[in-house]
Amino acid sequence: MADLTVAVGPNGVAVLTIDTAGKPMNLATLQFGRELDEAVARIATDSEIKGAVITSAKADFMAGGDIHGMVASYDTLGTAAEVYHTIARPFTEVLRRLETSGKPYAAAINGTALGGGLELALACHFRVVADLPKLILGCPEVTIGLIPGAGGTQRLPRMLGIKSAVDLLLEGRRLLPAQAKALGVVDEVVAPADLLEAARRWVLMRGDEVQPWDRKNYVVPGGAGFFNSEITSFFNATATGISAKSQHNLPAPIALLHAVAQGTAVPIEAGLRIESRQFTKLLVDPVARNIMRNSFVSKAECDKLAGRPKDIAAFQPNAVGVIGAGLMGAGIAQVSADAGLDVVLIDLSPEQALASQQRIAAAYAKRVERGTLAAARATAALARIKPTADYAALAGCDLIVEAVFEDAAVKSAVYAKLAGVMRDGALLASNTSALPITQLAACVARPDCFIGLHFFSPVERMPLVEVIRGKSTSNATLAQALDYIKLLRKTPIIVNDAPGFFTSRVITAYLFESIGMVGDGLAPALIDNAARQAGFALGPLALMDELTLDLTYHATAKRGELAGSSWNPPYGFSVLDMLVRELGRKGRRHGAGFYEYPDGKRAPWAGLREIYHPRAPAATLAEVKERMLYIQALEAVRALEEGVIGNPGEADVGAVLGIGFPSHTGGVFSFIDTVGVRRFSHRAEQLAARFGERFRPSAGLRARAAADTRYYPMEAAS
Amino acid sequence: MSTLTAFIYDHVRTPRGKGRATGALHEVAPVELAAQVLRALGTRNGLAADAVDDVILGVVTPAGEQGCNIARTAALAAAYDQSVPGIQINRFCSSGLDAVNLAAAQVMAGQAGLIVAGGVESMSRVPMSSDGGAWYSDPRLVYQNFLAPQGIGADLIATLNGFSRGMLDEYALASQVRAARAWDEGRFQSAIVPVTDELGLVLLERDEHLRADTTLQSLAGLKPAFAQLGETAGYDAVALQRYPDVFKIRHDHTAGNSSGIVDGAAGVLIGDAETGKRLGLKPRARIRAFASAGSDPTIQLTGPVPATQKVLRRAGMTLADIDLFELNEAFASVVLWYMEEMKISHDSINVNGGAIAMGHPLGATGAMLLGTALDELERSGKTVALVTLCVGLGMGTATIIERLG
Repeated sequence: MADLTVAVGPNGVAVLTIDTAGKPMNLATLQFGRELDEAVARIATDSEIKGAVITSAKADFMAGGDIHGMVASYDTLGTAAEVYHTIARPFTEVLRRLETSGKPYAAAINGTALGGGLELALACHFRVVADLPKLILGCPEVTIGLIPGAGGTQRLPRMLGIKSAVDLLLEGRRLLPAQAKALGVVDEVVAPADLLEAARRWVLMRGDEVQPWDRKNYVVPGGAGFFNSEITSFFNATATGISAKSQHNLPAPIALLHAVAQGTAVPIEAGLRIESRQFTKLLVDPVARNIMRNSFVSKAECDKLAGRPKDIAAFQPNAVGVIGAGLMGAGIAQVSADAGLDVVLIDLSPEQALASQQRIAAAYAKRVERGTLAAARATAALARIKPTADYAALAGCDLIVEAVFEDAAVKSAVYAKLAGVMRDGALLASNTSALPITQLAACVARPDCFIGLHFFSPVERMPLVEVIRGKSTSNATLAQALDYIKLLRKTPIIVNDAPGFFTSRVITAYLFESIGMVGDGLAPALIDNAARQAGFALGPLALMDELTLDLTYHATAKRGELAGSSWNPPYGFSVLDMLVRELGRKGRRHGAGFYEYPDGKRAPWAGLREIYHPRAPAATLAEVKERMLYIQALEAVRALEEGVIGNPGEADVGAVLGIGFPSHTGGVFSFIDTVGVRRFSHRAEQLAARFGERFRPSAGLRARAAADTRYYPMEAAS
Repeated sequence: MSTLTAFIYDHVRTPRGKGRATGALHEVAPVELAAQVLRALGTRNGLAADAVDDVILGVVTPAGEQGCNIARTAALAAAYDQSVPGIQINRFCSSGLDAVNLAAAQVMAGQAGLIVAGGVESMSRVPMSSDGGAWYSDPRLVYQNFLAPQGIGADLIATLNGFSRGMLDEYALASQVRAARAWDEGRFQSAIVPVTDELGLVLLERDEHLRADTTLQSLAGLKPAFAQLGETAGYDAVALQRYPDVFKIRHDHTAGNSSGIVDGAAGVLIGDAETGKRLGLKPRARIRAFASAGSDPTIQLTGPVPATQKVLRRAGMTLADIDLFELNEAFASVVLWYMEEMKISHDSINVNGGAIAMGHPLGATGAMLLGTALDELERSGKTVALVTLCVGLGMGTATIIERLG
C-alpha cells in the first residue's frame, strides 16, 4: 500500500492513514481508491475490527483530485462509456461500499478537506474536524468546470436539504470548521490534540453504521422530487440564475443542479449514477480541461516564478516606495502593506498626502466591515504606510513603484526628482500600462534597475501583474521584481517591452474591433450583448464609456503622430475620432459616449443610427462573437511570435486574469487549440477576406496549421 | 379519400367568474361547471342521454379536482348515458379550440357523428401550475430552452415592436368598451348559460371581471406586473440571450392590459350532416380548416401567426377571405403584433372585446372565442371567421369557420 496505511489498535479500532506517496498533499487518485477498497473489504469481514477512523499523515486531510493528472490525460481519454466505467465510477463505488459495509467509519479531519477529500468524509458515518484557523472544507469542483464526482451532489443535499446544499455547491463555497459544524456538514469540532481520540470514542460507542438515507422512511430534509412545488420553484429560479449569469458558456453549474434535482428524486444509488454520468460528460468536455489548465497548471507555473532568472539571491525589499497616491498608487501601497512591507507613499503635497492616508484608512475600514480582513491586521497594515510629500523619505527603499499620471514627461520629472534620493541599485518600477519601458528607463541613471510593473484595477482584487522587461533591464532586476510580486501573492507574467505590452495590446484590439462594428452599422446592444454571451463580464462599448473614450483616443492619436504618414490607424479609429473629436462624447463621466446617461443610467443613444446606418444583411450574434474572440487570439499569436510573451501558458494566464478573456476558453491560445489550429487559421482567412487584413493569420500560424501543431501541451509544441 | 363536413350545431358558455375566492363561481366545483354546459347543450337541442359519441374537454391544470379525466366525470354528472365516453386534453390556452378541432377531425373522418367539444377551468379553485410539469420544474429544460414566463414574452414583443405603454392601455380600454357594449346589446345572450346552484338559483349570469368604468387614466396607474420577475429573478437576462438586438426589455404589461384570471366553461356541439338531420338540428356553420403550429418557446406568444398561415394554406384561402378574427387577448401586445403582421384593422378583430375585459378561463377560452365569432357572424351577416390563440411554450392553434344560411 503506497497511499494508505491501516493500523488496528488493541481496542479493535482500525486507523486508516492517508499519505499520498510523492505528493505534498493527499489526492483522491484511482490508486488511492483501490487501496481504500482493499481496506474497506478487510475491515468489513474481520470480526476483530469494530470500526475505523480515517485520518491523514499530512497537514491536509485530502486536497481533492489530481488536477494536473486530469489535464495531462485529457487527450487520451477514451469514449464517454469508457470514462464512466474506468474513471467516474470506481471511487464513488468504493465510498458506497464503505458506507454500507456494516462497520462504523469516523472521519478525523485533521486538515483541509476539499473535493474528493470532503466526499470521503461525507461517506463516513461521523465527522469530527480539528479546530484550526486555516482548515477549509468544501466541494469547489464547479469552479474548475467539474462537479463533485464521489457523492457530494447526493450526500450533501440528503444531509442539509436541497437548498443549502445547492447554495454551497454552486458557489464552490469553502467553509471553516465552525461554519461546517453550524451547517451540519461535520458533527463535531475539537482541539487538534483531541481529534483522533474523539473519532475513536465514537467508533467504540457503536455509533450508527447506517447512513440516514439508508434507513427506512428516510426523506430528504426540506423535501425533494417533482411533486414538491416549493422545491421545483427553487429548481426553476436557480436554473434561471445560472442561465442569466453564465451565458451558457459553462456546462458545470447546470450539470450540478441537474445531478442534485434528479438524484434526490430517487434512491441514493440511482442518484450516484446520475452524478457519475454528469461528471463523465464534464470530464470529456474541453471546458473543464481549459479551466483547470489555465487556473491551476499555468497559473501555478507563474506563481512559482518559473521564468525567474536563476542564480539571483531571493529578494525581500526592506521598504517599498510608491509615488502617486491615486487609485493605483493607493492600491499598490495597500497590497504591499498587507504583505508585511513598510511603505512610503509619496504625494504632491502634505495636504494630499494626508488625504491619501484618510482614503486608505477608509478602504481598510471597509474591508474590516465586510469581514474580509481582521481588524488587528488592518491596523497593523495601515501603520506600515507612511504618506508624505518628501522624496527624501524614499532614500531607504529597496524598491520604488511609480504610479503617477500616464504621461512620459510627468513620469520623467518624477524620475529626475528621484535621481538625487534613490539608493543606487534600488529597483524603480513604473505602473504604466502602455508607455515604452525602454524609453522611460533612458531617463534614469540605472536603466538596468528599471522595470515595468503593470498592476490592474482594483489592485486589491486583481491577481495579475504584467512584469515588463525593458531592453536594459537586468536579470537581477527581473528576478527581484518577481520576488516582490510573489510576496504580494499576486500572479506575474513576464513580458518584453513592446507597444501595448501584452494585455493592453490584446484588449485594445478587441475594443477597436468592437468600435469598428459600430462604424459598420451594428447596434451597440448587439455588440455588447454578444460580448457578454462570448463570456466577457462587461460589453466593450459600455466598458469604453466607463474608461472614458478620450484616453484611448489620445493615446492612439499620439501613436499615429509619431508613426507619421505610414501610420495604419486601427480598425474603428474613425468612429472614436467622430465621437471624441467631432461630437465631444467622451464617456459616462462626461454624460455621453456610445450610450446616453440620463439620470446616470445607461440608455441607448438614438442618434447613432443617423451617423452609422444599420446595414443589410444584419450581422448575426455568432459573427460578432467570433470577430471579438478571433481578433484577440490573432493579436496574441503575433505577440508570441514577436517574442513579447514567452509561452502560451503565461499568455493565457494574462488573458484570463488581466483582460477577462472568457475563462471557459482557458485563454487565447487554449481557445485556438479548442477550435483546432487548422480550423482557426482557415476561419481567420475567411474573416480576413470578409472583414479585413487584420484577421489574416501570420505565416507562423499558417505553418502551425499546416503541420496541425497545437499550442498545448507546451513541451510537445514548438 | 374524401371527408365529410363537420358542422357546428350549437354552442354555449357560462359567464366568467372572478378567479378568486370572492368570485361568484368559486363555490362551484369544476365538474359541475362543465356538467352545466353539457346539460344545457342537451336540453337546448333535445338530445337523448346517449346521443353524443364523445365529450372532449380542454383543461390546462388537470390536477386535484380537475384531474382524472374531468370530461368523463362531467358527462356522467350531466346525466349523459354511461355509453358516452369522455377525454380530457391539454394544449394550454388553446385547449378549448383544440377540442373543437379534434372533434371536427373525427367527424370529418367519418368516425363520429356528434361530439361535444369545449373546456372548463376553475382558476379560483385549481391554481395555474398546480399540475407541475417538466417545463418549469426540470432545471435542465428551463436552462436549455431559455424559458421565461409569458409576461416577459409579452413585454419583449412590445419592446421589439415599439408598442408603448399608452398603446397597450389603449388596446385594453377598447376591449373593455367593446365587451361592455356587447353585453349591453345582448350580443352574448344566446350563448350564455347562467350558472345556478343545485336549487336552481342563479349564481352568475354575466361576466364579472369586466370593468365598464375603466379609463386610460385608471389603466395608466397600474404597476408593471413583470418587472421584478424580469429584472431580479433573471428572466430578462435569459430572454435577451435569445434576442441580443434588444438593449433592455421594457416592462409595460399590467393586470389591466393582460388577460384576467377567471372561472368558466364552454361547449360546442359538432356533428355530421346525417346525425344533425336525424336529430332535427339545424347546422349554423361548418368548420373549413384547422391547424396548430409551433414557434419560439422563449417569447412564447407568437404562435398565432404561423398557425394562421398554416390554416389558410390548408383551407386554400388568403387573409382577404376572412371577414372576422378572434385572437385571444392573452396580453395586449400579442394582438397589436398580430394586427401589424397580418395587416388587419382593429375593426375586424375582437370586435366584442376579449379576455382583457372578460377573462381567460384557460381550458375553455378557445371554445368561447369560437362561439363568440359564430354569434358575431350571425349578427353581422358576415360569412367567414378565423379564431386563433397563442399558447404557452410557443404554439398557436387556429380554426376557420363559415357561417351557413
